[in-house]
Amino acid sequence: MTEKEVRLMKGNEVIAHAAIRYGCDGYFGYPITPQSEVMETLMELKPWETTGMVVLQAESEISSINMVYGGAATGKRVMTSSSSPGISLMAEGLSYLAGAELPCLVINCQRGGPGLGTIQPSQGDYFQAVKGGGHGDYHLIVFAPNSVQEMHDHVAEAFDLAFKYRNPAMILADGAIGQMMEKVVLAPQRPRKTNAEIKAECDAWAAMGKSSGRGRNVVTSLELQSEKMELINRRLQDKYKALEENEVRFEAIECDDADYVIVAFGSSARICSATVELARAQGLKVGLLRPVTLYPFPTKQIAALAARGVKGFLSAELNAGQMVEDVRLAVNGKAPVEHYGRQGGMLFNPDEVLEALKEKLIKK
Amino acid sequence: MKETLIIAGFGGQGVLSMGKILAYSGVMQDYEVTWMPSYGPEMRGGTANVTVILSDRKISSPIAHEFDTAIILNQQSMEKFEPMVRAGGVLIYDTNGITRHPVRDDISVYAIDATAECAKLGQAKLFNTMILGGYLKVRPVVNMENVMIGLKKSLPERAWKMLPANEQAIIHGGEIIRKIR
Repeated sequence: MTEKEVRLMKGNEVIAHAAIRYGCDGYFGYPITPQSEVMETLMELKPWETTGMVVLQAESEISSINMVYGGAATGKRVMTSSSSPGISLMAEGLSYLAGAELPCLVINCQRGGPGLGTIQPSQGDYFQAVKGGGHGDYHLIVFAPNSVQEMHDHVAEAFDLAFKYRNPAMILADGAIGQMMEKVVLAPQRPRKTNAEIKAECDAWAAMGKSSGRGRNVVTSLELQSEKMELINRRLQDKYKALEENEVRFEAIECDDADYVIVAFGSSARICSATVELARAQGLKVGLLRPVTLYPFPTKQIAALAARGVKGFLSAELNAGQMVEDVRLAVNGKAPVEHYGRQGGMLFNPDEVLEALKEKLIKK
Repeated sequence: MKETLIIAGFGGQGVLSMGKILAYSGVMQDYEVTWMPSYGPEMRGGTANVTVILSDRKISSPIAHEFDTAIILNQQSMEKFEPMVRAGGVLIYDTNGITRHPVRDDISVYAIDATAECAKLGQAKLFNTMILGGYLKVRPVVNMENVMIGLKKSLPERAWKMLPANEQAIIHGGEIIRKIR
C-alpha cells in the first residue's frame, strides 16, 4: 500500500467526498436513481459540522437549480446533482446561470430516456449537455469521467474552470460510473474560502454587499436593449472561443499508428479501451480517442487523425447517435464516420464494439 | 493475475455484499478492482448480480463478455451465465432450487450446498460468506488475512460481532464445496 489512503467507493459516493474536500460551500438536490447516493453520502458525512458546507434537500429539481443560482450569485462554490429527467427540469435554470455568467457545478448521472425512461445507464443526454438543453446561445463546460477516480478529480477541475470562466460546469456521468465501485485516492481537505477571499476573487461581479468605490453589482440575465444584449452574447462567444482554444482535454490510446479510431466518452470509453486490446491482439491497428471534455470538444485532435490518414472512425455511444455528429464535423469528409450504440439502459461489451467496427468499417 | 467474476442470484442472498467483500479483499492485496452491480429496484426475490474484476494491471472495461468464474445461485442465472463462462473457466453453483444442472464439459464445475448447510445450522445470514469460502478454496485469488480485513471493511461497525461466525463460514464453505467435473 502507498502512503495515500486508498478507498473503495461508488462513483456517486466519491462526488460527495470530493465536494467536501474541495471546500464546496453548498449542495442543493433532489433524489433520483441512479444518483441518490450523492446526497445520501453528504447527509451521512454531515459536512455542516466540519467545513460548514450546507447540504439541503430541496422540494424539487427546479428549486435546487434556483438555489444554486442564488448561492453562485454571492460567489460561493455551490452544486447540485440529478439524473436525466431531473436535469431536464433544471434546463431553464442552466440557461439563466449561463446568461448571468455564474459559476457552479451540476452532475448529471444519466439514465435511459426519453421521458421517465429507465434507471439503467445511458449517454442519451449528450446533445442536451453540449448543445444546450436550455434556450439561447450558451454552452456548459462538460466533463465526462470514465472512472471513479475521475469522478473525484473532475469535481475540482470543473469547479476551477467554472470560476476561471464564470460559467456553469457539468459532470456528465451515467449510472454505470455512478454505481460502480473502484479504488480511489481522495484529495486532502481544503478549507472553504473565507468571505474575504471570495470578495477578493469575485468583487467585480458577485452580490455580496456593495463595496465602496464601485457601483452596485447586479446579477441578471435580463437586458431589454437588443444592442446591449448582442454585446453580452458576443462576450459569451469570446469566452467559449477561449475555452475551445485552451481547455480541451482528451486521452489518446494507441492512436499514433492506428488505421481505425474509436471515439468514445465516459463509461463507453472504458468498455472501448478493452475493444482496443482485443483488436490489437488480432493484429488490427485500432486506437481510442476519448474526449475528457465534451465541451470544449477535441475537434482539432480528431481532425489531425483524419489528416494523418486514419481510414475510419467509429463513434461508440450509449445512445442512437449523438456525439457522432461532432466527430463527423471534425473529420469533415476525410474518412468514413460510423456510429455504434445501445439504448434504453443497455450496455455494449468490448466484443460487440469490435464486431461493429469490423462490420461497419474494416470489411467495407 | 486477472480474475473476472460474476456472482448472480436473487436479491436478499447477499450477492452484492459478497462481491463487495471480495473487492475490498482485492484492494487489501494491492490489486486493481472494479465492482459493477446490476442495480435496480431493490427487492427481495428480484434478480441481482455483480461483476467483480481483480487484476494486477489497470482494468480497462468493467463490463465483461465472458467470465473466468461464475457463481450461480438460482436457475435464471444458470440459464443466463453458464454460456458466458470462458472455456477452461469455473462454474460454482448452489444446488438448491436448480432444476437444470450445468451441461458444459469445457469448464470446471463445482457444487456447494450452502443453502441446505445454512438451514441445518440455522444461520441463513452466513450464506454468502459460506459461498465465498467455497469460491476462495477453488480460486485462491486473495489470501485469508486480506479476506478478513475486506470483510471487516465491508461491514458496518455494529455488525463486527458477526466477524468470527463469518470467518468460520468461509472456512466451512471451503470444506463443503465439491468438484462435479
